[in-house]
Amino acid sequence: MKTNDVIFQTVAKVVFFMIIFFAVHLFFAGHYYPGGGFVGGLLTSGAIVLLLLAFDIKTVRHGFPLDFKWLIGLGLLFSVGTAAGSLLFNVPFFTHAYNYFQLPLFGKTSLHTAMLFDLGVYLVVIGVTMTIIQTIGESE
Amino acid sequence: MMEAVLQISLLLLAVSMIGLVYRLVKGPTVPDRVVALDAMGVNLVSITAVLSMLLDTHNYLDVILLIGILAFIGTVAFAKFLEKGEVIEYDRDQ
Repeated sequence: MKTNDVIFQTVAKVVFFMIIFFAVHLFFAGHYYPGGGFVGGLLTSGAIVLLLLAFDIKTVRHGFPLDFKWLIGLGLLFSVGTAAGSLLFNVPFFTHAYNYFQLPLFGKTSLHTAMLFDLGVYLVVIGVTMTIIQTIGESE
Repeated sequence: MMEAVLQISLLLLAVSMIGLVYRLVKGPTVPDRVVALDAMGVNLVSITAVLSMLLDTHNYLDVILLIGILAFIGTVAFAKFLEKGEVIEYDRDQ
C-alpha cells in the first residue's frame, strides 16, 4: 500500500539534526552536569531510528555506509586504551589527567582525558543499539 | 503564593495522569491507547517543568527535551505500525 508521508519525511530530515546537536550537547555537558556518553549515544541512535522510521534500512545504509559492529570495537579500543594509557605514565589504572587551556572562541576550557573514555562509551552504545535494531528490522 | 500555585498545578497534572492511565488500560481501540501514551508524554514534560520551577533549578531542562524527543519517536513508531503494519521496512519502494 502506497502511503503519503511527505510531511513526516520532511520533518524527519530537520529533526534528525536537532537530535544530533542535542546529543552532542549532552555528551559534552556530561562532565559537570547530567548527561554523558551513554545518554548521548542513546539519543544519537534515536535520531538514526527516526530516519529508519521515515525512510527504510536501504536508504539509511546508503547514508551511513559503515557496519555498526565496527563502532563497538572502536569504542572499546578507545575506552580500554584511555584506561590502560595511564599505566604508561606509572600511575594506577584508570587515572585521568586534565588541564586548563585557553582556546579561541571557547575561552578558558578544561580538557580531560576522561572525555576520551566517554567517547568510547558513546561509540559502543551507538554500535550496540543500531546493531540490535537493524537485526530486528531485517529479520524477515 | 507562587509555590501554592505550582503545587496545585502538580496535583491537577497528577489527576489528569490518572485519567490517561484509565484510557490506556480501558481504551476500546489501539489508537485510543496510542493517543493516551502520547498525552502521558506531554504530561510528563509538564510535570518536569513545574517541578523544576518548584525546586528553582534549570538542570531539569535537558530532561524535558529528552522526554519530548523520546515521546515523539515513540508516537511516530506506533502511528507507522498502525498504518503500515511494520515499523522498519527494508525497501519502501516495493
